[in-house]
Amino acid sequence: MSTIHILEERQRQIYQKGKQPFDMICDKVSIAGSVSQRACVFCGSRVVLYPIADALHLVHGPIGCAAYTWDIRGALSSGPQLHRLSFSTDLTETDVIFGGETKLYKALTQLIDEHNPKAAFVYSTCIVGLIGDDVTSVCKKVAKEKGIPVLPVHSEGFKGTKKDGYKAACDALFELIGKGPVDHISPYSINILGEFNIGGEAWIIRDYYERMGIEVVSVMTGDGRVDDAGKSHGAKLNVVQCSGSMTHLALAMEKKYKIPFIRVSYFGIEDMAQALYDTAAHFKENPAIMKNTRELVREEISGMYPQLKKYRTDLEGKKAAIYVGGAFKAFSLIKALKHLGMTTVLVGSQTGSKDDYEILRQMCDEGTVIVDDANPVELSKYLIEKDADLFIGGVKERPIAYKLGVGFCDHNHERKIPLAGFVGMLNFAKEVHATVTSPVWQLTPRRERSY
Amino acid sequence: MLFRHTTNKVADRKALNVNPAKTCQPIGAMYAALGIHGCLPHSHGSQGCCAYHRSTLTRHYKEPVMAGTSSFTEGASVFGGQANLVQAIDNIFTIYDPVVVAVHTTCLSETIGDDITQITAKAKESGKIPEGRYVFHASTPSYVGSHVTGFSSMTKAMVDHFAEKSGKKRRQVNIIPGYVEPSDMEEIKRIAKLMKVPCVVFPDTSNVLNGPQTGKYEMFPRGGVTIEELKTTGDSLGTLGLGKLASGPAARALDTKCKVACQVLDLPIGLKATDRFVDALRNMAGVNVSDDINIERGKLLDVITDMHQYFFGKKVALIGDPDQLISLTEFLVSVDMWPIHIVTGTPGKKFEKRIREITEDIPVPVNVKAGGDMFMWHQWIKNDPVDLMMGNTYVKYISRDEDIPFVRFGFPILDRIGHSYFPTVGYRGGLRILEKILDVLLDRQDRDSPEESFELVM
Ligand code: SF4
Ligand code: SF4
Repeated sequence: MSTIHILEERQRQIYQKGKQPFDMICDKVSIAGSVSQRACVFCGSRVVLYPIADALHLVHGPIGCAAYTWDIRGALSSGPQLHRLSFSTDLTETDVIFGGETKLYKALTQLIDEHNPKAAFVYSTCIVGLIGDDVTSVCKKVAKEKGIPVLPVHSEGFKGTKKDGYKAACDALFELIGKGPVDHISPYSINILGEFNIGGEAWIIRDYYERMGIEVVSVMTGDGRVDDAGKSHGAKLNVVQCSGSMTHLALAMEKKYKIPFIRVSYFGIEDMAQALYDTAAHFKENPAIMKNTRELVREEISGMYPQLKKYRTDLEGKKAAIYVGGAFKAFSLIKALKHLGMTTVLVGSQTGSKDDYEILRQMCDEGTVIVDDANPVELSKYLIEKDADLFIGGVKERPIAYKLGVGFCDHNHERKIPLAGFVGMLNFAKEVHATVTSPVWQLTPRRERSY
Repeated sequence: MLFRHTTNKVADRKALNVNPAKTCQPIGAMYAALGIHGCLPHSHGSQGCCAYHRSTLTRHYKEPVMAGTSSFTEGASVFGGQANLVQAIDNIFTIYDPVVVAVHTTCLSETIGDDITQITAKAKESGKIPEGRYVFHASTPSYVGSHVTGFSSMTKAMVDHFAEKSGKKRRQVNIIPGYVEPSDMEEIKRIAKLMKVPCVVFPDTSNVLNGPQTGKYEMFPRGGVTIEELKTTGDSLGTLGLGKLASGPAARALDTKCKVACQVLDLPIGLKATDRFVDALRNMAGVNVSDDINIERGKLLDVITDMHQYFFGKKVALIGDPDQLISLTEFLVSVDMWPIHIVTGTPGKKFEKRIREITEDIPVPVNVKAGGDMFMWHQWIKNDPVDLMMGNTYVKYISRDEDIPFVRFGFPILDRIGHSYFPTVGYRGGLRILEKILDVLLDRQDRDSPEESFELVM
């Protein structure tokens, strides 16, 4: 394993701090033949829009694209569950030859009649881009007939990376905005952007803001509703989480509705507190908000600190590896791990930009490996070389960690418990603690002891 | 009520699929390819498909699943994916060093019309395929058939590409196990061994997708049929193809190509189907059925008779893949249960006809549909409730909503582990199926019976 080839083209997507001048290239499509952990444009769009629970999500394409995305994310809804069903036009050979527009029209009208959704999203998959269906005009026609917004999402898989999918989703979402009434919205109001309510996280965050005295007009898109998005232009500030997924929407709203935005992260104590302070600072004409915020942060932290300290005693000096979708999440994770006394020995992302990697470089210790769009062979090589105790990643990384005998924490959409917010930090610590200190690793060849 | 959006009224829905009971071809092809030792499946298309297939297989097996992708971009979708594939082949052998690369297409590359045979020939010419290494492919457009079709095509491609006829017969039987779990493939090998029949089982994902924890990450685990074994299939005494849809084409291809006589049987699920398998194997290899096998059979029969009073007249709804459902339906009918709603997502009229024959004597109406979806199946259940449901993990929503006992069977199973380790084929597999069915039925009876008739001994 130590002699694996790192392909020449890949060498500038891997960097070891202290070893070479920093000159990473990223943002490129994976080279052909690599076992990439990346997904497609459609995947990006689906991830962003899926949590809107009272909308119809119709995947226009052959069955697979829909089947694989059927309810695999833990984005919770407090009301309708329509988003958890899988709707596909299930294109077959004749459709591919003669076009799928009629089928799309029929499917849409029938589904809207059956389920009365508040809006419909139609996702274009690769094949649709190729056969050239005019999805936009079908959507327009149906929208007119049925009197609800029917929005095409231009998410043909090959037209870029997952990031482009976020963009396409934002474009579709933007069409919903500006439709609802805004007269009763408070001057101290926000939209929460880029929060998908995995494990109920949006509920936690929303509660914080409300306790601060701020009205949350909409969450986009966690536990999302079409009508909330419709009046979101009435909010006074957009609070955007995560690097990639929704900045595009925030920019568009800034341009059209003059709503400023700030970027935050809800993972880890500092970032969480900072998010609330930054938001409060925006409403400084109302000093009560900042006062409430201070109290809230104090209360929350003092509630969790003793427990966190206990975990830290066991975790001090342990080593972590991180491989996540967006680099922004990696920033928060590195900080959160520091809180637990852990160092990060490997960090990578599927979609980071050069600036992101520069920030990572500054955050990390000497020797830390930084990778862009890594493959499993590279990941396992560094996990062993760096003797990691913990791997934080997504579905495809989990079994790799386990095969090696390394603890694992899912920080992607398959996690079940909220990791955001102060309580999320405690959950995170608990999960990390449980896996890192689990006795099962001592049974594995890598850590075998005589017993 | 997660599936509260399921309406009672069954409407004809030609233009769409709600809650699919199938998925697309490439994932089946990828799974089959993983059953060759040292093979890296390669998805010729854009990245997303490949990522989805790998994730889904990983969720089902809880194992790392490796596959390369041609990473199509807009350019490739206009000018074709030749350059991508040639570069991919080059890169794959340089970085990952597999013995063989099994290319499957996707909707995208199929529609563009890439000629994979010609592209691989070109790669070979330009020295991109090292000596003793192989690249072969199957065409798997997902807008035709289903994941089963993909499995079937990739398995057939193994024959087309590797089977050789030396003219000298070998005393061995080819067994094509069908689109079954690694544990099932293991079980089929075990049965053959008990009968002292040397065999080549292909594809064989045992010890690939149900491998041990070794403390090492192995890109190419130790399981899988080897290329050398595949080559010898042309000299075998005969071929048993299990499952008409998944194994039929490969079995027949071997007959055509190397004149190896074939028999295509139902998957050996349940007593009768396993009998037919054992019998065919015995005849083909000219051996006697060993005592061990007879004893296993007797045990299954023993459980069937011991517990038959719990099976009688229980209504069952089944959803899954055609080959599995045919044998399973036969098995359930043979123990006096009544499968009344049977849906497969894979299209094909023969399926409906066969199920009709098997369920002919059931004294209540039977619904069967090929090319159906789970939404419709759920509607049928709403209108005519059942005592038991069998299907993949997604059935759990319906089980919860309708409060109906549920046994996981099929693909994908995302929330339990047994399928990787315990077979459902063979006599032992039959025992496991019955155990699972009885567990849920009797648990239900325990839960629902009034205190005075709550039974200790059942
Ligand atoms: S495009 Fe085709 S091959 Fe790819 S996931 Fe969709 S259905 Fe499957
Ligand atoms: S066909 Fe395109 S949209 Fe569908 S999964 Fe594949 S890459 Fe993504």
